[in-house]
Amino acid sequence: MNCLLCHSPYNPIASWRQLLLLEEPDVLCPRCRGTFAVIRGRLCEMCGRLLEEAAPSVCADCLRWQEDEQWGRALVKNRSVYLYNDWMKDVVALWKFRGDYVIVEAFRRPFVQAFRRHFGRDWCIVPIPLSPERLHERGFNQAEALARLLPSPYFPWLSRKHSEKQSKKSRRERLETDNPFFLADHPPLDGKRIVLIDDIYTTGITVRHAARILLEAGAAEVGALTLVRA
Amino acid sequence: MYIPPSTAASPLVVWLNGQRLPREQLPFPDGEVAAAIQTGSLCEQPGLINTARGWRCVRCGNDDPYLFASFPCARCGSDCAYCRKCLVMGRISSCTRLVHAALPLPYGRYEAPLSWDGELSAAQAEAAQTVRQAVLDRRELIVWAVCGAGKTEILFPAIAAALEEGWRVGLATPRVDVVRELAPRFQRAFPRVPLAVWHGGSDERGQIAPLVLSTTHQLLRAYRAFDVMIVDEVDAFPYSVEPMLEYAVSQARKERSSLIYLTATPSRAWQRDIARGKRNAVVIPARYHGHPLPVPVFEWCGNWRKRLERGRLPENVFSWVLQRLEQGKQAFLFVPHIDELETVVRLLQRVDARIVGVHAEAPDRAEHVQAFRDGRVPLLVTTTILERGVTVPNIDVAVLGAEDRIFTESALVQIAGRVGRHAAFPGGDVRFFHHGKTSEMVRARRHILRMNEEAKKRGLLCS
Repeated sequence: MNCLLCHSPYNPIASWRQLLLLEEPDVLCPRCRGTFAVIRGRLCEMCGRLLEEAAPSVCADCLRWQEDEQWGRALVKNRSVYLYNDWMKDVVALWKFRGDYVIVEAFRRPFVQAFRRHFGRDWCIVPIPLSPERLHERGFNQAEALARLLPSPYFPWLSRKHSEKQSKKSRRERLETDNPFFLADHPPLDGKRIVLIDDIYTTGITVRHAARILLEAGAAEVGALTLVRA
Repeated sequence: MYIPPSTAASPLVVWLNGQRLPREQLPFPDGEVAAAIQTGSLCEQPGLINTARGWRCVRCGNDDPYLFASFPCARCGSDCAYCRKCLVMGRISSCTRLVHAALPLPYGRYEAPLSWDGELSAAQAEAAQTVRQAVLDRRELIVWAVCGAGKTEILFPAIAAALEEGWRVGLATPRVDVVRELAPRFQRAFPRVPLAVWHGGSDERGQIAPLVLSTTHQLLRAYRAFDVMIVDEVDAFPYSVEPMLEYAVSQARKERSSLIYLTATPSRAWQRDIARGKRNAVVIPARYHGHPLPVPVFEWCGNWRKRLERGRLPENVFSWVLQRLEQGKQAFLFVPHIDELETVVRLLQRVDARIVGVHAEAPDRAEHVQAFRDGRVPLLVTTTILERGVTVPNIDVAVLGAEDRIFTESALVQIAGRVGRHAAFPGGDVRFFHHGKTSEMVRARRHILRMNEEAKKRGLLCS
């Protein structure tokens, strides 16, 4: 078998356990797999970032969020699978910007595990949408690609207006810009628990914008599962 | 060439001239593109075609089933296959359309474009004449020139002749470094001729000029563009193992065009074809300075991998390194793989902390190579990435584990070719430390000896 990322041949049967339980072999070679940094250890209760041993249980960023009356309660929690190391930056660039869709398979197992661990079947899955323009440009929505990995169906309840690429704005600017999301066709959301799916959690503004729309429509609580915590 | 006046080139055709690109990459309104296709001034092709084996990418020629995947495409609303091989140039999927201009635009002629006042050696002059004739006759020719023969200058008369005819010349090479290094030399040699440089980081990529220097990757943009196609280092990784680059060349040249291959180490199949007269070749067996090529010496070093595991280098290898350090003579030490490189560097740094290692994935590669050039690093441990290109005046070279599969005849000839490049220091030591001589090693040595003999016979050596 050849590695999905580096294309070099490797032996996909890594253990007896895997062989006996007929687990799907890894699509990555051990070298590539090992270069991803999985978030493991003490987490910020709120945003799921890795914390120092002695730090308080909520990180400084999230404390700042919680002080904000408008935004403090928008999100119950975020959990992410990976750190945003240089390797991850390259892989995300290849996947999202070059458009190598199939790379999403490399995230399948850890992403599903994280979903089961932190959320579960009683959460409704809603991927963060792209604007129609961006979707046409990329050809696919990376958040939807992640949502497809999960064992439950996902719901396209949100839509998005076209705006400037976010990465070019500062946190302040992003906070103050109008909410790009609005509701698409949806059933009554009353009392529903919703988990938003996205590729990267950076400042948290995107998922909070989306969460606000869903809460205003009656959702009970909104969390987020993201691939990367930047 | 006759161009009907009614199709007086539109800005779109002028912009696209010589390129074949996905339709969505054209910076023109889609209506304009559609109209141009309608009138026949642009041609459209599917991005992927279905063959008996499966998909084939029309841009890069990939037909390896493993290098295709599919995705739910938002553009066409169905499950779309795409080519994973040439993604860096923008994704080609089964709903992509490639467009190119139906007719190439004519080009102006240049009178006496060459202003290079250097002088060719006798061997170079002879080869240059053969290349020029092949270009004028639009034939294929292999230029088999030893490392340090001065291949670039050999091309100048041929390129000048092509430019006088009003032809377009494309030179492709697998390495970005080579493109960057060649650009100023060509600019100086042909000061009045517009030159476009195509590599991943250049804004000029895709721009057609009478003279184009391109990496083989970027060459995928060109379609039926060149009357003269020159391919440098055909044997170099990745060209020899990459059918894509061969495909790129076949698409980029015009149907009637010359094709000039430059190589120091043709593959065995090519060497055979040349010997049997099945391929046209001109051989330059001597370096420009007229000194013979340094001949590699084989030295057995036992089971060096085992010794490395125990944290030691074979004694003869170690003392070879110590000698260089004492003499203050710079050296390359080649090892087969990255893992071994790391161990060897660690061991040698105990002797001299300035010693560094470089490999393909090392982020500080360029810095280390520069430090070596500047003389701040006495010994550079490296994998085969440095087997060509890097030229430092007065050095010795050793290979640890010359029996490894990675050291083919061509790789070993290239490695030996690092030594004695400069006229002031034409000699030097080339040592292959091995744990069992291989036929590739023997072939490499024979290759070098044969070239020296040939050079002597033709009276090309100065001593």
